[in-house]
Amino acid sequence: MDDMSATEVTIALPKPAGRWRARPRLKEAAFALVLLGPSMALFSTFAFYPLVKTFYLGFFRSDPFGLSSNYVGFDQYLDVLQSNEFHRSLITTGLFALFTVPTGLVLGLGLALLAHQKLRGMVVYRTIFSSTVATSVAVASVMWLTLLNPSLGVINYGLEESGFEAVNWLGDPDWALPAVSLTTIWLNLGFTFIVILAGLQTIPEELHESAKIDGAGAVSRLFNVTLPMLSPTLLFAVVVLTINAFQSFGQIDILTQGGPLDRTNVLVYSIYTEGFRNFNEGVAAAQGVALFLIVLVLTLIQFRFLERRVFYGN
Amino acid sequence: MSRIAFRDVTKRFGDVVAVRDFNLEIEDQEFLVLLGPSGCGKSTALRLVAGLEEPTSGEIMFGDVAVTDVEAKNRDIAMVFQSYALYPHMTVRRNIEFPLRTRKIPRAERVRLVAEAARWLGLEELLERRPSELSGGQRQRVALGRAIVRRPQAFLMDEPLSNLDAKLRVKTRAELVELHRQLSRTFVYVTHDQVEAMTMADRIAIMNEGALQQIGPPQQVYERPANTFVAQFIGSPPMNVVRATVAHGGDGLVANVPGGTIPLPPAAAAAAAAMNLDGLLVGVRPEHLLLDGGPVKATVRLVESLGHERHVICDLSPEEFAIVRLPADVPPPAKGETVGLTATAEHVHLFDPNTTLRID
Ligand SMILES: Nc1ncnc2c1ncn2[C@@H]1O[C@H](COP(=O)(O)OP(=O)(O)O)[C@@H](O)[C@H]1O
Ligand SMILES: [Mg+2]
Repeated sequence: MDDMSATEVTIALPKPAGRWRARPRLKEAAFALVLLGPSMALFSTFAFYPLVKTFYLGFFRSDPFGLSSNYVGFDQYLDVLQSNEFHRSLITTGLFALFTVPTGLVLGLGLALLAHQKLRGMVVYRTIFSSTVATSVAVASVMWLTLLNPSLGVINYGLEESGFEAVNWLGDPDWALPAVSLTTIWLNLGFTFIVILAGLQTIPEELHESAKIDGAGAVSRLFNVTLPMLSPTLLFAVVVLTINAFQSFGQIDILTQGGPLDRTNVLVYSIYTEGFRNFNEGVAAAQGVALFLIVLVLTLIQFRFLERRVFYGN
Repeated sequence: MSRIAFRDVTKRFGDVVAVRDFNLEIEDQEFLVLLGPSGCGKSTALRLVAGLEEPTSGEIMFGDVAVTDVEAKNRDIAMVFQSYALYPHMTVRRNIEFPLRTRKIPRAERVRLVAEAARWLGLEELLERRPSELSGGQRQRVALGRAIVRRPQAFLMDEPLSNLDAKLRVKTRAELVELHRQLSRTFVYVTHDQVEAMTMADRIAIMNEGALQQIGPPQQVYERPANTFVAQFIGSPPMNVVRATVAHGGDGLVANVPGGTIPLPPAAAAAAAAMNLDGLLVGVRPEHLLLDGGPVKATVRLVESLGHERHVICDLSPEEFAIVRLPADVPPPAKGETVGLTATAEHVHLFDPNTTLRID
């Protein structure tokens, strides 16, 4: 492993100009290796190796008891990609993203616009709105488990008080995904809020002032100045939230375990069930590779738009 | 709209008084320049007119109407910002069109007005570009275009030339004067550059530390500065101001300055004498001091050449010095040489040392 990184680093450096430069170059390369070493080691252990291993595992089909496995090439990948379970889980994940991303974005934008006002005591609100970034998935899930509890939860209490019927949030197949989405939106809100508020703060005040003088009211300024100037930030938030949605696991595991009737069985949860409940390592691995490709595409989109941010600078 | 007026306007930011007890009337169609050093409150004064700041006390009047509660967008003004504040995501065309769109001007009319503004400013070729694809000078024109397209009653400009190079600045100065003549609207123009003020203004309002110092046509401000601040802010190099005492000389009153005596304008000297002041401040502009072996003795410390003229810096005493402006074709004295200076009474300004105000 170390040898490999060493060659990589030396190749990356420009060729020494003459013999007398060889020693400093070598020293530099060694120093670079020392700096890169720790992160290379970490990435190799926790990212590169598992990725390659996952891809490899997808070539083997386990027997029903998870004991022996035989090499089947791409057959298992094809089976998984064509299976109903995979399609349903993909649709569930898509729905989950659809429920969480737009709503989360609009809420985050709304809070950020509110907190961007120059009012007394705004620091307190900013802190409150950002606080969910400091909340772990487990804590948030347990909190919402209580809030959503059909008989004891505050939410049902509120519904009944205002004349609606109580809902079995996590047990009703129609309500489980919206309920998990609600938790997720809340969980992501701090992140969305911070990113959008930071974006708002980079918009020069003079653009707003100029728009005021040019006759634009608050709504017109929102649509003609704030949102266009914020668009790179919003796209960034959309992509990150979507990736988050595709990677969500903790809240599902704590709130619904993928149920009822698989209605919250999103991709990562399905991978977990196949791999660690059904001991179908190969199937889980194939699904994992599919998830990897989806997230890869989203990440590439994000990189493109991050580059475009530069466009607005002078 | 007729006149724009400040009535006892004060604007505070916390402990900072940016604009202090301001009273100023800007005539209809006047080119008024607000001039003063950086941080003196010029931008704040302009923003008060624009409606971007609210006065802490006092009123801004447009004609006979107090506009303090009128929003910026309803004041029928346009503003050019120092940074130009162009909308980076819009093309030049959309930028110029924006004030028309917000006011729901029909499309055909918008196209006509944008084309007209673009023609005036030579922007026709650039209409489909974005601000990031323009030079500084071009951006400045787009900002102007966005301001003139709607023909508002007044134009407010905050140091619009300060980001241009020197050559372009001179050219644009002349163009702005021409634009003012053709548009026949009120211009309120903020700058810290006295040359811009002198060359463009109908009247100059000079500010310092938030307070109005003097208002008048350029020539008047130059010839009869109201106090030592104005005297030294207008003119380059600045007016020489030294402490002096009044004495009776050969024909009337004279001032004893370090190095000798200079004659005083009789009326002002009499007024000063009547005030029973303990000393006086005497001012003479560098261009009005003559190096002709006159009665005030000084030692040449330094001669600076600017090509078209020279500045001779002379020590009158260990503490006081004076600058003499010499045409380039006059041979300059040598460094260390003792020279004699003359000032004629008509070019001597007197100021009260306690208030720094002009004495006439
Ligand atoms: N929004 C503001 N908040 C606090 N202080 C301000 C603000 N705007 C201006 N000031 C202060 O008011 C004074 C005048 O500022 P400004 O009008 O910008 O001066 P100028 O344009 O003449 O350079 C300065 O001391 C400045 O720091
Ligand atoms: Mg300013």
